[in-house]
Amino acid sequence: MIRDIGQYFIFLRQVFINRETFITYYKLVLEECVSIGIGSLFLVALVSTFMGAVTTVQTAFNMVSSFIPDYVISQVVREMIVLELAPTIIAVIYAGKVGSSMASGLGTMRITEQIDALEVMGINSISYLVLPKIIASLMMYPMLVIIAGVCGILGGYLAGTLTGIVSPNDFVYGLRSSYNEFTITFALIKSFVFAFLVASISSYKGYNTKGGALEVGISSTQAVTTSVIAVLIADYLLAQLLLAQ
Amino acid sequence: MIKIENITKSFGDKLVINHISGVFEKGKPNLIIGASGTGKSVLLKSIVGLMKPDIGEVFYDGRNFYGSDRDTKIEIRRELGMLFQGGALFDSKNVEKNVMFPLDVLTKMSLAEKQERVNFCLQRVGLENVNSKMPSEISGGMKKRVGIARAIVNTPNYLFCDEPNSGLDPQTSIVIDDLIQDISEDLDITTIVVTHDMNSVMGIGERIMFIYKGEKLWEGTKNDITHSGVKELDDFVFANKVMNSLRGT
Ligand SMILES: Nc1ncnc2c1ncn2[C@@H]1O[C@H](COP(=O)(O)OP(=O)(O)O)[C@@H](O)[C@H]1O
Ligand SMILES: [Mg+2]
Repeated sequence: MIRDIGQYFIFLRQVFINRETFITYYKLVLEECVSIGIGSLFLVALVSTFMGAVTTVQTAFNMVSSFIPDYVISQVVREMIVLELAPTIIAVIYAGKVGSSMASGLGTMRITEQIDALEVMGINSISYLVLPKIIASLMMYPMLVIIAGVCGILGGYLAGTLTGIVSPNDFVYGLRSSYNEFTITFALIKSFVFAFLVASISSYKGYNTKGGALEVGISSTQAVTTSVIAVLIADYLLAQLLLAQ
Repeated sequence: MIKIENITKSFGDKLVINHISGVFEKGKPNLIIGASGTGKSVLLKSIVGLMKPDIGEVFYDGRNFYGSDRDTKIEIRRELGMLFQGGALFDSKNVEKNVMFPLDVLTKMSLAEKQERVNFCLQRVGLENVNSKMPSEISGGMKKRVGIARAIVNTPNYLFCDEPNSGLDPQTSIVIDDLIQDISEDLDITTIVVTHDMNSVMGIGERIMFIYKGEKLWEGTKNDITHSGVKELDDFVFANKVMNSLRGT
């Protein structure tokens, strides 16, 4: 475990030293962006819309007191979606979709000697393969989180108004009342951290695959598990660091 | 010319390569032969620097690879081409992009120059009209040929082939062997071929090194291989029925 963490940091160092030329990375990053961003867009939108809808219905269900005005529902939904559900739950999904495909992609390259082929040409394969994934992840994941936030609130609005739980006016009023800008900043800070963790951990697991097709599957599963654990720990630490009074 | 000295490599407490030394000359393929699992691939990877040996040195025309700084290592690396066992083509790139790849990252050629060179190399290995095919769409033999084209595209001084014939039918094997032989002669480069295929040995085996359980037991040419007097080599050579029928002739 400790050894693994140490090796992970050595791996990270390799990502950032002895880089190839800028122009080499430019194209690679764009390719990764397309596969990460466009590839996950539908799933993220779908999940966050339903998450918003369910959150709204359940929040309403729990507010039994008639002293609490309806607009509080959308206020709660907003805070939950923006602060926690969009950055963190989507990170779990992101690890499952993007992290596992990064790990299996690199694992396959490893066992079919494509990584050796790069090394033989004198290319720093870690940096060449992994840096574009990390950069693309840092660029795309925050955007996915923003989209998830919008879809989540939209899902909440639809569920709330269509079922008559809360009137459109109340919902919008709630969204706008006692709004604190820092929640958005905080959500974005979390997104960057999670994006880095998922991309780097999954790449690390994939790159260090040994064996055959079976091991590629194992690396890919481990990539998801480890990234999710890292995301949850980071989530807690960030909340302590940035939100504790 | 490549010279290796005392290459030794173990994994854990398992000694895989045991003090192997030797010289590989230019112009004709140098074969490293031996049964599966005797350490041929590990030896080859130690020579090209993919696996650092525990002890030993490798000299590329006098340049000590493991004793060099990073820049010299990269310089040497850029002079070598390698054909991997499964071809190791980049599966996200089509045939043309695969072959062009070393030129993209290692040279400053213009696109037109690169295109011309790629087409020349693909022609050299007998492949035409496959430029836009993906690796998953071509046969094993074609993958090997694309692998060779990619290995020679940047005019290497050293060519390494790990089991160029594995998984190929006998006819294609001969084509690939002859291709490797021709390229080594035409370009006058140092070529090292790892194989366990007796057909290759009898076909292109002008310089052969026999490895048994990590040790070099014999060196010679195909003309002497049937009467080496080394028992392990006899077992290897005559495991083949055709060869066995020639035994004692
Ligand atoms: N990365 C590795 N880690 C541990 N053992 C290895 C590794 N690579 C090869 N070996 C072992 O070294 C021995 C020689 O392997 P190899 O060189 O691949 O044989 P071959 O002669 O068939 O090419 C085998 O027993 C193999 O299990
Ligand atoms: Mg081998």
